[in-house]
Amino acid sequence: MNRFATPWLALALAAMLGACASSGPTRDDSLYQALGEREGIEMLVDGLLFRISENQKILHHFTEADPGRLHRTLTEQFCELSGGPCTYSGDDMVTVHTAMRITEAEFNSLVEDLIQVMEHQRIPIQAQNRLLARLAPMRSEIIGL
Amino acid sequence: MGVPIRQAACLLLLCLPLAAQAGGGRLLATGGLTQLEGAAGGGLVPWAVLAGYGTADETGGTIAISHTVLPDYNLSMLGLAYTFYNRVEISAARQSLALDLGSGTEEIRQDILGAKVRLTGDLVYDTLPQLSLGLQYKRNRDMDTPEAVGAERKDGVDAYLAVSRLFLGAIGGYDLLLNGTLRATRANELGLLGQGGPDNDSYKLMPEISVAVLLNRSTAVGYEYRRKPDNLGLDESHWHDVFFAWFPSKQLAFAAALVDAGSVGPYDSQRGLYLSLQGSF
Ligand code: HEM
Repeated sequence: MNRFATPWLALALAAMLGACASSGPTRDDSLYQALGEREGIEMLVDGLLFRISENQKILHHFTEADPGRLHRTLTEQFCELSGGPCTYSGDDMVTVHTAMRITEAEFNSLVEDLIQVMEHQRIPIQAQNRLLARLAPMRSEIIGL
Repeated sequence: MGVPIRQAACLLLLCLPLAAQAGGGRLLATGGLTQLEGAAGGGLVPWAVLAGYGTADETGGTIAISHTVLPDYNLSMLGLAYTFYNRVEISAARQSLALDLGSGTEEIRQDILGAKVRLTGDLVYDTLPQLSLGLQYKRNRDMDTPEAVGAERKDGVDAYLAVSRLFLGAIGGYDLLLNGTLRATRANELGLLGQGGPDNDSYKLMPEISVAVLLNRSTAVGYEYRRKPDNLGLDESHWHDVFFAWFPSKQLAFAAALVDAGSVGPYDSQRGLYLSLQGSF
């Protein structure tokens, strides 16, 4: 290796390690704030569950679900995902959605419900997109199982 | 504007109420618009996305018209596209280029049949971006002018590989769409001036890109760039546009763009307005 490169590499490495060490305790809760904290998220989940109850495309999946539990676990999940002070206490996504054979269209239908609720509650588009970006990677643990 | 295209525009308006009853399971705007050659894409560039809103279990398509007004030309396009199970898109388009010759107008028409296959990935979800391979068979119907300027033949096939991805919330919380397309072509001005010419008669690889930002759930602004070969030695230009698209519903989309087509045939500084209307079903 070029002898000039070595000190720079060491410095870069140190900077990276430093960044890792310091990013631990300070969590970014800006999305949690933008969603209106715990109260805003509870309203969001209220709205979502209401829309699902009116959505004939996906309602049939929820006939045996426990709405009380769903409300609690979804709220925890959105809160945790957005950087809020919550811990998700539900089951993992694969376990929950296995054997439901949720299709892509059904998944998107729920996403559309969520978007409608966020629009209705005037959540800024940036916060909407950031929440959706954190939910999107879960799709493969939810559909087609 | 050619007569068939005008009739088709009426047809499109008649079809819209029908289209209003459909609506596939993909998210709003993820079917894109219809590009100049009839494939799902932006205005100029075919994207990896497939026409309409159907998911892996659905079928659906689009019908679109566009009109581009340039200082010395008008280009009209009518396109139909249909997608099977978010896997294969087939499309047919008719282009009509009207040249203002001062002494009168001349029309050059071209038919384009397209096919596009989604090879892998997804526009929004999963790890891989959407990757598609497309073909466009083009046949020029009015070869007098193209032959006069040296075009070798009236028909040809373009092949392209396109990759598209929507990055959710990527730019300060706004969604960012990136598309890159690499096309093998020997068409002159999309094929409106035939294929091949005295300066070059072999396939050239031409990159095309589109970048768009979604301002809210139903509107997007973007930029497109499309490189073109110069087979005829007429200083054929690369094309750019800045576009605005509005998706009021999954049934309808409008787009408007400022297009810079550079020099086309003998005329240069061809800058103008592109307008399009798309119905999805
Ligand atoms: C981003 C998308 C989704 C997320 C983040 C999500 C998340 C969750 C969560 C956190 C639970 C509660 C788990 C528990 O209490 O242990 C749950 C349960 C459930 N989900 Fe989803 N889900 C999504 C999409 C869907 C879709 C598209 C459907 C169906 C169309 C669906 C159907 C269900 C059902 C029926 C339950 C209740 C299961 C039960 O109580 O037995 N989910 N989901």
